[in-house]
Amino acid sequence: MELQPAINGEGALDSLRTAAKKLADKGSIRDEIVGGIYGVSAEICSSAVVYRDRKKLGSTYKLDNIVTSRVWGFPIMLAGLGLVFWITIAGANYPSSWLASLFSFIEGYLTAGFTALHAPAWLHGVLVLGLYRGTSSVISVMLPPMMIFFPVFALLENFGYLPRVAFNMDRLFKKSGGHGKQALTMSMGFGCNAAAIISTRIIESPRERMLAILTNNFVPCNGRWPTLILLSSMFMIGSAASGAFSTLATALVLMGIVLVGIAVTLTVSWVLSRTALRGVPTHYTLELPPYRRPQIFKTILRASKEKSLNVLTRAIVVAAPAGIITWILGNVMVSGDSVLNHMAAFFDPFASLLGLDGFIIMAFILGLPANEIVLPILLMGYMSSGAMVDIDGLGGIKDIFLGQGWTWLTALNMMLFSLLHYPCGTTLVNIYKETKSLKWAVLSAAIPLGIAVAVTFAVAQAARLLGWV
Amino acid sequence: MTVAGTPLSEAANGSILRITGIDVQGVLRRRLLDLGFVVGNAVEVLRRSPLGDPVAFRVSNTTIALRREESSLIYGERIGGGRDE
Amino acid sequence: MSKFTVAFAGNPNTGKSTLFNLLTGLRQHTGNWAGKTVITAEGEFTHNGHTYKAVDLPGTYSLYSNSADEEAARDYIIFEQPDVTLVVLDATSLERNLNLALQVLEITGRAVICINLIDEARRLGIEIDLKAIAKRLGVPVAAISARSEIGIKQLLDQIERVATGAVTAPPLRITYSEEIEQGIAELTPLVERTVGSRYPARWIALRLLDGDDSLLASLKEHMERKEAASSKEVLGHGVTACH
Repeated sequence: MELQPAINGEGALDSLRTAAKKLADKGSIRDEIVGGIYGVSAEICSSAVVYRDRKKLGSTYKLDNIVTSRVWGFPIMLAGLGLVFWITIAGANYPSSWLASLFSFIEGYLTAGFTALHAPAWLHGVLVLGLYRGTSSVISVMLPPMMIFFPVFALLENFGYLPRVAFNMDRLFKKSGGHGKQALTMSMGFGCNAAAIISTRIIESPRERMLAILTNNFVPCNGRWPTLILLSSMFMIGSAASGAFSTLATALVLMGIVLVGIAVTLTVSWVLSRTALRGVPTHYTLELPPYRRPQIFKTILRASKEKSLNVLTRAIVVAAPAGIITWILGNVMVSGDSVLNHMAAFFDPFASLLGLDGFIIMAFILGLPANEIVLPILLMGYMSSGAMVDIDGLGGIKDIFLGQGWTWLTALNMMLFSLLHYPCGTTLVNIYKETKSLKWAVLSAAIPLGIAVAVTFAVAQAARLLGWV
Repeated sequence: MTVAGTPLSEAANGSILRITGIDVQGVLRRRLLDLGFVVGNAVEVLRRSPLGDPVAFRVSNTTIALRREESSLIYGERIGGGRDE
Repeated sequence: MSKFTVAFAGNPNTGKSTLFNLLTGLRQHTGNWAGKTVITAEGEFTHNGHTYKAVDLPGTYSLYSNSADEEAARDYIIFEQPDVTLVVLDATSLERNLNLALQVLEITGRAVICINLIDEARRLGIEIDLKAIAKRLGVPVAAISARSEIGIKQLLDQIERVATGAVTAPPLRITYSEEIEQGIAELTPLVERTVGSRYPARWIALRLLDGDDSLLASLKEHMERKEAASSKEVLGHGVTACH
């Protein structure tokens, strides 16, 4: 196809525009153009489409009478969220410990192999105690909950429930200056904040999109769930609780944490839209699509496949090097103590103000590339052996924590810090790419960090003042 | 531009209105037209969100939620429906 | 063996992705387009010995409202000129969905209209006269249910007919009011002289009358890029322009 040469490109386009403007200014051309298309569409439908029963058409929306009702709208949302957590916790418990025992079984053979080959101790340390344990613990902790959480979530999504959440919650977002669709991007954040940053493209106005980007971190992602689940089941629930009740209580604690995250999201949006991101809310339209029976099997298959691949890739890309680095830091000795211990001691005074300790701060710093590795790094720091430990029995882990002087306050504040602190490296990179602004990327780490420090400080001081710890 | 009729935001749940005018310009006008808020079209007021706003409307066999800011600029005359029918 | 490109356009919530997933299966990856970097899925499928590259455009209500998604979908259809644009419509709300179909058809006649969720429509007592719609639009129309896998083979046959050129149709002509038609008549020759014959001149004239500045910006950008690349002939997909 031969192109006709364009007459001096840009200038010609501009003169075209002027010509068009002149013609259009004559009358109400614009509305008539729009009207033209809608007229044709209506005309085609009136001759080619027959509705035998107009009443039936509304039937797919009947559920909305309950799901978005004044009385049931919010209780159903909370119950749904709680149910998803409960299914995840209850279902992931056993597979996680099976995977952990499988990995430690394999580790026995690996160690035997290294011994048989007379490999030096440091090599065994780096490769087996660092790399292998780091990677395998991330996989055994992450994979089962994610393989349950995401398919369940995808089912809700395919059923058409999420737009109803956006519909129910819009008033709150509007009051805080955000966009109703922020509820949808937050839902994505439960999976992965990095992906959710990209999903904010559905919000057309730049100001509201920026709000959604800056606050997405307050929704706990895939990498933080295991930390939250583990700590809440170990410390937040009375020792008397057991079995089904303990699972339920853990789900309730998690829900509380999520609600704190939502409250912080709304507050930060509110403050930002009255300071750095001032502006009028832009227009808002939201479609509530008909409910559709999800293709259960296909949805589960697709969601599990995508998630498992995702978790495995991250485990290899991020956890493997982090495992090696942590092992080295924990085993290189400087004046009688490991580098890791020196660093923890350095952060200790500051950390205790926040109700935490130096090792926890270290774990969050080293965990910047991925939240998944925060807990494994912390455990490894605590172990004198300097290797990441298996998340085998919960009791064993709890004993380690208690041995380090943990109280319920330490656990609560670590959960709060995990919920509120800066997003992971991948998310920060995505924020930079999407906003094309170093300033906002830095702020998106600094604001959450500031809030995390302030909240944990306040909680720790209040608890101590009131003599609760 | 003043348009005759009741703003959609004032219409009672369950009422059906025929759109008489849209007092919006620019991108939003186009978006509303895309979604079926076209002069002459019928719109049914379905329900309000648990917190009172936005409101869901049934238009062109789809359900669209609008905030008060938008729905108060779309006018219509009541052609049926309503609570007591 | 030839390879054709099929772009999937459609309103949100029409089951477009279900169809896309059904056809491409696991053979898909996230694509990055030239120009605007919008992440979307790309995949591949075969039918009757032809291979098709499937590109899933963002779900949009229109091509005119100038959101980032709509600009991306519009630019893809105009500048990348896929062999077939498949417009997926929801059978249960055809009236609104047809708006997008008409907008696409004003740009290109190389299109297939796919009316999805036909089983759902039947259940709700909606009867659709496919022949009447096909006659009015001038392009093949197929009724399918992606989730129940009804009508898929017929749809693929229609895609093949358009891809191979067995059926051809000019862009759809919607007759506007006299005033608009007069404006179009005045502008069209100017447009043809400026942007060349490769793009649908009548449609661009119409958009200019409507004051579509974003289209003008895209045209400008595209022509500059083309000028820069014209000697090397590296058009089409895979040209990644970063911003």
